[in-house]
Amino acid sequence: MSDIGTSYVRQQMAPPAPAPSSAVGATAWLRQNLFSSPLNTALTLVSALFIAWVVPPLLSFLVFDAVWTGENREACIVPEAGACWAFVKAKFSQFMYGRYPIEERWRVDLTGILLVAGLVPLAIPQVPYKRQNAIFTLAVFPVLAFILLYGGVFGLPTVETSLWGGLMLTLVIAIVGIATSLPLGVLLALGRRSQLPIIKTVSVVFIEFWRGVPLITVLFMASVMLPLFLPAGVNFDKLLRALIGVSLFSSAYMAEVVRGGLQAIPKGQYEAAMAVGLGYWQSMRLVILPQALKIVIPGIVNTLIGLFKDTSLVLIIGLFDLLAIVQSNFTDTNWAGPTTPITGYIFAASVFWIFCYGMSMYSRYMERRLDTGHRK
Amino acid sequence: MLDRSWKSVALGAAFVMGSAVAGSAATLDTVKSKGFVQCGASTGLAGFSEPDDAGNWKGLDADYCRAIAAAVFGDATKVKYTPLTAKERFTALQSGEVDVLIRNTTWTMSRDTSMGMIFAGVNYYDGQGFIVKKSVGVSSAKELNGATACVQTGTTTELNLSDYFKTNGMEYQPVVVEKDDEAIAAYEAGRCDVYTTDASGLYASRLKFANPDDHVVLPEIISKEPLGPVVRQGDEQWLNIVKWTHNAMLAAEELGVTQANVDEMKATENPDIKRLLGADGTFGESLGLSNDWAYNIVKQVGNYGEVFDRNVGTGSPLNIERGLNALWTDGGLQYAPPIR
Repeated sequence: MSDIGTSYVRQQMAPPAPAPSSAVGATAWLRQNLFSSPLNTALTLVSALFIAWVVPPLLSFLVFDAVWTGENREACIVPEAGACWAFVKAKFSQFMYGRYPIEERWRVDLTGILLVAGLVPLAIPQVPYKRQNAIFTLAVFPVLAFILLYGGVFGLPTVETSLWGGLMLTLVIAIVGIATSLPLGVLLALGRRSQLPIIKTVSVVFIEFWRGVPLITVLFMASVMLPLFLPAGVNFDKLLRALIGVSLFSSAYMAEVVRGGLQAIPKGQYEAAMAVGLGYWQSMRLVILPQALKIVIPGIVNTLIGLFKDTSLVLIIGLFDLLAIVQSNFTDTNWAGPTTPITGYIFAASVFWIFCYGMSMYSRYMERRLDTGHRK
Repeated sequence: MLDRSWKSVALGAAFVMGSAVAGSAATLDTVKSKGFVQCGASTGLAGFSEPDDAGNWKGLDADYCRAIAAAVFGDATKVKYTPLTAKERFTALQSGEVDVLIRNTTWTMSRDTSMGMIFAGVNYYDGQGFIVKKSVGVSSAKELNGATACVQTGTTTELNLSDYFKTNGMEYQPVVVEKDDEAIAAYEAGRCDVYTTDASGLYASRLKFANPDDHVVLPEIISKEPLGPVVRQGDEQWLNIVKWTHNAMLAAEELGVTQANVDEMKATENPDIKRLLGADGTFGESLGLSNDWAYNIVKQVGNYGEVFDRNVGTGSPLNIERGLNALWTDGGLQYAPPIR
């Protein structure tokens, strides 16, 4: 009986049958994501048509018909020619360094390497020696960078700021702006929420003044009006004027972002900090700010990206940031042509995009990392 | 370094006090003590001040800066450029940030009389012109009756255009655009029959057309835009240096002295050339310079014709005819008073 019975009982599990072709693989993915409903099907078709309409001409302009080599405009004015990359190639070092003297450009490179060497380990949480690293990046590096870029000591020839330009100038303005506006913004935000009337009034007036005027006005005042007030023969550096303007301007925006974070912290946190006997600065540093800043990371990065892109406004006061130096090279009669401006703008846009997207990627990473149990 | 900067602060303070008393210190002295000429340039204008591949300034205006440096120091490289936007340029000159402004600036009466500055000459006679497609078959602006014209808004160009058509009893349809590039695009797309702006700008725009040879700049010039170097009022010595740098370049062209033959010309018996190149007389010294000032200009920068051809003329992609900028001997307006 048992012999007969066992021969009909499976010893192994039946092998799983493959899923129906409509539930796996490319077809299923397509059905689920692109053709799940009549509306989605229509949208998919419209998008596909749009891509087919835009991408091939774009690719042929940017890649297939593009002119990659050439000595001057003759190469790029051939009929049906696409982007004039030869122009970007010929001007590339100018786009990066501006008019910085060619034999001194190693100083800019070295500054860049030092900056990367300081920032990258600081940005990666796993790397040890954070304190030493922060001291280097925040205190030693600015001095080194100034000495290297400006010179005038240790036998380095002085390179005046009017020669600075290109991506290097964009980064100088952006980094100085970011490095000063963040701490200044935090202080202003604390000041605005302070109980002390004078500090509060000063902060409010400062923030509202700088938020109320356009950056272009600030730059114009700094470059056109200020020299008239100063006695004749006293000039102070145009770049310095722009840096101060940009920093103060963005610190006002930063202050409001940080204030948003401070207001989002429940009152209980303030009271708890007081209850364990922490003074004002201690409670801010240890309890409130770490939480507040974490909440407003998207806002802070938003402001920083805005600041980075605003740096190109300095072109209206005759400083040649990346965009301005690209534009000023359109006037070079050796390269003027129908495709030169478009190519230059595409190049400038790509460089800006790389930096801004980089900042935004890092901020998303930090948000995920600091997300300590707030997600429900 | 520290020591030097303190000195310069003290010097600056002394200068401020001194200038309060003496009106203004001699620009030549400050230029000589700095060791370079600080020249106000544009932020980029084809043929006048534009960057080359290495980032150096080149162009007609930039060469004038170099010529002044050659006259003062005997070294055309002792010049620093301050790129200035149109709005900043006069402040920069008035505040002493630049020693001379050579930035395609139009000489007008009010700028000479009420802004504390003075023009030292005209290095380029510009004026508003028209560009049309060759296929239209128009050869004179007088034939433009009923045309649509692309013009930049808010400029004197717009007013000149309307005046010109009114004076000649013609009708036109303006297509008003905000920026130069838009005007070019509108013109190329056929939204207007004719595009009007300063003639030098028309030639520069023509380079940006897909087929530059399909377009022609009409001969009529309907406004006067004399462009020239500007200095501060109240320093006649410096004004003379800038003015005579220009005149020496014109005289050199008129006398046939070029960058290539200036050394041979030095030995010539022609009294005009001898005076120009400093072999005879002390004309340089009376300017406060050395007597070979004009020799240095021609040797290092060139005469006016060479500078013109190299930057905007037939030797450049702009390919502008001399026209009004020819010497008076060739029917143009460029005329230098005699050096004697």
